[in-house]
This record gives sequence, structure tokens and C-alpha cells, in this order.
Amino acid sequence: MIRFTDVYMRYQTGNDALKRLNLHVEQGAMAYVTGRSGAGKSTLLQIIALIKRHTRGQIIVNGQNLDRVTGNRIPLFRRNIGFTFQDHRLLNDRSVFDNVALPLVIAGYRYQEIHKRVRASLDKVGLLSRENTRPMSLSSGEQQRVGIARAVVHRPALLLADEPTGNLDPALSWEIMKLFERFNQVGVTVLIASHDLDMIKKMKKRIITLKEGCLLTHIGNTLQE
Amino acid sequence: MNKRATIGGQSIGVTRVIKIWLIQHAQAFVFSLGQMSKNPMGSFLTIAVIGISLSLPAGFYLLLDNAQRITASWSGAAQITLFLKLETDDQHVHRLSEKLQQHVDIDTIVIIDRHQALTEFKQISGFGEALAALDTNPLPAVLLLQPTSNVISSGRGEQLIKSLHDMPEVDIAQFDRQWAKRLFTIIEVFQRAVFMLSALLAIAVLLIVGNTIRLAIYSRHVEIEINKLFGATNSFIQRPFLYSGLIHGFCGSIMAWFLLVVSLLLLEAPVMRLTGLYYSNFRLAGLSGNESLILIGSGALLGLAGSWLAVQRHLKVIEPV
Repeated sequence: MIRFTDVYMRYQTGNDALKRLNLHVEQGAMAYVTGRSGAGKSTLLQIIALIKRHTRGQIIVNGQNLDRVTGNRIPLFRRNIGFTFQDHRLLNDRSVFDNVALPLVIAGYRYQEIHKRVRASLDKVGLLSRENTRPMSLSSGEQQRVGIARAVVHRPALLLADEPTGNLDPALSWEIMKLFERFNQVGVTVLIASHDLDMIKKMKKRIITLKEGCLLTHIGNTLQE
Repeated sequence: MNKRATIGGQSIGVTRVIKIWLIQHAQAFVFSLGQMSKNPMGSFLTIAVIGISLSLPAGFYLLLDNAQRITASWSGAAQITLFLKLETDDQHVHRLSEKLQQHVDIDTIVIIDRHQALTEFKQISGFGEALAALDTNPLPAVLLLQPTSNVISSGRGEQLIKSLHDMPEVDIAQFDRQWAKRLFTIIEVFQRAVFMLSALLAIAVLLIVGNTIRLAIYSRHVEIEINKLFGATNSFIQRPFLYSGLIHGFCGSIMAWFLLVVSLLLLEAPVMRLTGLYYSNFRLAGLSGNESLILIGSGALLGLAGSWLAVQRHLKVIEPV
């Protein structure tokens, strides 16, 4: 699903965000990217979603070489990805339903189809009853779940989550992580950036640790405490 | 094949593409209306500024149009005075008058023979006593010619004067053109001024709409970012802003049209009273159907162009690409 070969990402200031990164995440896998702040976790996810561009090396995502995904192909490429953010980034001028519907509206679905899928998606995150409320009136955990519903409503092949539990207490974080696991179980490749090591270890998934832009450890599924 | 594969992938039919395109246009249109209704005061102010900016040149245009219609019906202004030679006797004058009456460019003729001229002059000038002392009448006979209305407007006035001047009985042929010319020149100056004013105000409308859209782009920065992240194309993101510009321009020009109609209604009665004093049945002309359409169409186009400029400038800088 994701293959990095000797990938560098250098800012114009000359700082390297990623240095010679080699990485492979199989289709249908679930993996955590961890490391200290500034280690390059977010950058890694942003490069996969083409929010930022790598400067050297080759990246293959979902069978596509990212070097060749330019211009008009970028939007179409992104439609196969779902993204969630630490700060949720929900739009407060519209309802929860409309927030979740966004990826479908962008892709040009019919209203009936949108209605069906948004409700199904909200049902999965347990927020169907809140579809008409504004995101502002939801708790932080609920907002994160709305963000997840939005990220999966268009059934992407790949789900990227940037610090999804950054602002949540351990119980809520656990719930969120379990939610990601459920999506993973139905075939979505999930890549989560998080610095919450205790939680990650409990999930018993693959862990990719970055340090100053380099791959530090690469721990497989079999890792035990 | 399931829905995701057909929409996300490459294999979609042409009719489906067109349908999606139409749906998205309708969504963008409704969305822009929604955005405007969320900020009614701001939208109204923008529309009002556009309305006033458009109503000014349109109003001046109407004013000029009416002025031209007045001057066109004022063929009387362009009278020609023929001073005949002193030796021409009354009989001759009448014969000349009959001859001129046949001329295609001449409408009516008024004869003032030497005797009449003298009486008139005595009355008006107050030199009665002094004139009585003269043994001969020093005043020539005069023919007042009224050229047909199209002579002046078609520019044949000069030619007519020249041909009249060349007649043996005529001493001086004088066209009352001095002030008519001035009037037409003034109208020309105003026409030019209205043209420049229109250009300036059109630019003003562009800037106003551009600025409104620029502010909208910045205030919806996050939304644009999210849209881009979930695979929105540039045209998808632009569309609501372009519609918003179009709608602002359209509503602004409707407002301009409305302002003109109201001003004309307010002016109608006083203008009627004024023209009544000149024994004219002149009526103010409003915008014709076509002119109204041009006003509204150009307003909408200016709105669209303004938002297009803003979108080109400001949307591109929002990350991610």
C-alpha cells in the first residue's frame, strides 16, 4: 500500500524533515508512526496525502508513484485517502451531517446516496443521534469521532490519522483507537501518527519510530511488552 | 463494480460526468446563496455599492439620451437667417421665398420685408426718433429659414449655408449654428465624460467584488483547506466564489436598475412642468428593454470577472496545493 524508498524531505531552509527513509506498509495493515515532536511524524503523513512534497526518493501509494501525481491528478488521488486531525478541523458553520458529507459532495454523489452513507458512517462512530447538531456543541472526543466519520465516509483505501488522541483522556483515546481498529478490520489500511506510546503498545500493532527524520526502530506485529 | 470504483476511478460515462457537473453547479449556486444569507448585511452593502456604482453611469447615459432627444426635437434652434441685398425689392423677396420653399432641405420660411424690419427695429431698439431722421430705410429684407430636422444632424448644414450664400440676392446667410454647435460640443464632452466615468466605475465594481470575494476566501480558509484535502478540484473550490460574484453583480445591477426607475419617477413630474413651460410635450425616456438587459448583464459579468480575478490571486496561495 505504501512504499518509501530512500525518501528525503528537505525544507527550503535546508533542514531535513525526513532523511533516507525506507518503509513499507502492506495493504490492509494498521501501523503507528511515533517519535518525539519534530521527529517527522506529521510530515510523513502529509507527504503521503501530498500536502507536502518529498524532495528525493520514490514513494508508491496505492500503486501510484507520487512523483507522477501532479496537477489535476492530486484531487483524484486524495479521494482514496481519509484524513483526521488532532484539532478535528470540523467546519463550525454547518451541521455534523454536512461535515461528514463533505467528501461525498466533493466527489459528486447524489443526495440520496450521500444521505445513506453519511448516516451509516455516523452510526459506526456512534453519533447518529447528533447529525443535526453543530460540531461546536460536541465534546472533544465526539468531535474527533465526527472527524473519523468524515474520513471514512467515502470508503477510502487508506486512512491517515494525525495525533487523533492528542487532546483526549486515556479512556476516550482507547475508544478512538478501537474505532480505528474496527475500520482496519474491514480492510482499510490505517496509519496513525501518535506520541502516546503507552496506548500504542497496548494496541499490539506495528510501530514505526522516527527520530530526527530517520527510521529508528521498525517493530513488527509480534512485538510484546 | 461498486460505486467507489466508478467514481474514484477513471471509468465513468460521459452522461454521468455531465450529471455530476450539473449537480455540483447547482450545489455551488445554492451554497453561495446560503453563504450570502448568512452574512446579509455584508452582502447587502456590497450589492448597494455595486448598485450605486452602476446606477451613476447608467443615469448619466439616460440624461444624455434625453438631452439628445430634446435637441433632436429642437430643430427650431438651427434657424438660418438670410440677409438680402438692400436693392432687392419686395416682389423679388416673395419670389425668392417661393423658390426656396421648393428646396428639399427647407421646411418653412418667414419673410420680414424691409418695412416690417424697420417697424420692428424702431419698437425694439428705441432709436425711433433717429431712424425717422433718415430718408431711406437702412435695413435689408430678411428671410428666416427653418431647415428640415435632419439637415443639422446629418451635417449638411454647412453645405446649405454655402448654397444659400451663393445666391445673387443674398448678402449674408447666417446659420444660428454657433450656439447649436456649442450645445452639441457640450453633449460630446459629456458623452466622453460618461464613457470615462463608466470605465472607472466598472473598475470600481471589479474591485468591490474582488475585495468581497477576497475576504470570503480568507474567512473560509479552513474550509478550502479541508475541501482540498478531501480531493476537491480547483474548479470545485472556485465555483461557489464565482457564483457569489455573479450573484452580487446581478443583484447590484438589479438595484441600479431599480434606483434609475425610482429617480425617473421622481423627476417625471418636475420635468413635465418644465417642458410644459416651453410648450413641449417632451417626456423623460427610461431604459428600454434592451438597455435594461445590457445593464443587468454587464453588472453580472463584472461581478463574475471581479470574483474570478480574486479567486485566481488568492485561492492559489492556500496550502495544500
